[in-house]
Amino acid sequence: MHTKTLAELAAGLRAREFSSRELVQHFLNRIDQYNGTLNAFVTLSGERALDDAEAADRLLSQGEGGALTGLPVAQKDIFCTRDIRTSCGSRMLDNFTAPYDATVVARLRQAGTALLGKLNMDEFAMGSSNETSFYGEVKNPWKPDCVPGGSSGGSAAAVAAGLTPAATGTDTGGSIRQPAAFCGITGLKPTYGRVSRWGMIAFASSLDQGGPMARSAEDCALLLGAMAGFDERDSTSVDHPVPDYCASLDDSLEGLKIGLPREFFADLESDMAAVLDNAMDEYRKLGVEFREISLPNIGLSVPAYYVIAPSECSSNLARYDGVRYGYRCEEPKDLEDLYMRSRGEGFGAEVKRRILIGTYALSAGYYDAYYLKAQKVRRLIAEDFKRAFEEVDVILGPTTPTPAFGIGEKTGDPISMYLSDIYTIAINLAGLPGMSLPAGFITGKPVGLQLIGGYFEEARLLNVAHRYQQVTDWHRQLPEAFV
Amino acid sequence: MSLTVDEVKKIAYLARIRIDENDATGYARDLSGILDFVAQMNTVDTNGVEPMAHPLDLPQRLRPDEVTEENQRERFQAIAPAVEAGLYLVPQVIE
Repeated sequence: MHTKTLAELAAGLRAREFSSRELVQHFLNRIDQYNGTLNAFVTLSGERALDDAEAADRLLSQGEGGALTGLPVAQKDIFCTRDIRTSCGSRMLDNFTAPYDATVVARLRQAGTALLGKLNMDEFAMGSSNETSFYGEVKNPWKPDCVPGGSSGGSAAAVAAGLTPAATGTDTGGSIRQPAAFCGITGLKPTYGRVSRWGMIAFASSLDQGGPMARSAEDCALLLGAMAGFDERDSTSVDHPVPDYCASLDDSLEGLKIGLPREFFADLESDMAAVLDNAMDEYRKLGVEFREISLPNIGLSVPAYYVIAPSECSSNLARYDGVRYGYRCEEPKDLEDLYMRSRGEGFGAEVKRRILIGTYALSAGYYDAYYLKAQKVRRLIAEDFKRAFEEVDVILGPTTPTPAFGIGEKTGDPISMYLSDIYTIAINLAGLPGMSLPAGFITGKPVGLQLIGGYFEEARLLNVAHRYQQVTDWHRQLPEAFV
Repeated sequence: MSLTVDEVKKIAYLARIRIDENDATGYARDLSGILDFVAQMNTVDTNGVEPMAHPLDLPQRLRPDEVTEENQRERFQAIAPAVEAGLYLVPQVIE
């Protein structure tokens, strides 16, 4: 059952080949067997999952329920889950039991899914390797001495290893797409404002977006259908109709124009270039027309991001003060000591680095040179994409410069770590939707290709990904140790 | 852009984060490196470019000033480090 896609499992449930209870128990057993090695889950909610499953089975036995009824899912530990610990991968929230469900959690619950547990992640979503988590690193199921990527490393590893058929992730600079690529699964970051951020612990408010991570584009379409939609409680939620993402999956790609940014392909290593060449051949057979495009300011996306994201994070993480919830230091001698030590002890090094950079960039005398400048660069990047989408329908490129790197390889050099997001970051700055899907292997490790669409064009991206997955089987590969 | 240990301490104080004396040099080095890296932004002329705060240039939605939420103080305070009579307890502020 753990080798099947969500769509296949849904069909199996409806045909009553197995019950939701059996399905959930199967994954709970898998987690029991393998989580010790992978460290993908931080908190399990087995009892709750079985209760959810029983409720689903009652509906299914009456021939009722929807597309996701009875399916197990797991939530990245950044989404508040009522009465279940929500740690955000941090000591700061290690003792935090969320008093409410995030909108994403509530919607997936209403859709009839069973919650297996909470997934490990880089602390406060800051990282590209899942090495900054308070709960320790997550192993890449394909090569355990390699990172699964981050910040949604637990989500990616859990899906890849068959510990859950589906997971949620969040993406601020690449945190769904990069781990999806490193773990050989499919992940989608929706358009900014597509999925509600209410109850999703904030890192960078103008960049954060939650999205699905699963074995296929079809699976992501199923999940996105439940996750997406206007939410009054999120003041940045956009009131844009949610299409049936599954209905257009099989649409023909004949005549579709896909743009290849010359800046993305310029310094690509030959292995990666070969993977993308093969993918492009498959797409040509499907009737796609490729065109070279240019995104001239894209080289500035990582620098601009590392001003904007830390600035916004310094503001968002100001709420963690040891007063109302979360970590509080022992025996604070006065209020200032309470703040200084709760925050000094509660946050890890990378989080502190980013808060400090952000505080500096927003401080008097530096705001114009850094934050304002970065926002102007952001506009230039967004306009490059706007112009490109006047000529092409979709953009294609690599997701990452290389396959998964080794655990510990980049932890000594923050900037080297930041550069692993070189192909994904611009998409967050522009607020566009982006996907990563498996496209091959390099030195035995999976690599992905990235698709970028215009605003609210998730249906198109899913269609373009799905058609590729109908003629290739990279997305059906499982790491040997977890078959 | 090189930050001194003193500057790092000032920034840390603004952010109300206590930094260990032995870690301060490391932070100064890391932060200086990041500032050097982001200085690449200065290679492009952004004169006359409108800053972009929101990727879709949308304004913040407002709502009527009406009470729509239930008071759940007890539920929310159940997870607090220290509360008394509905108030959050902290070390004495005023002498």
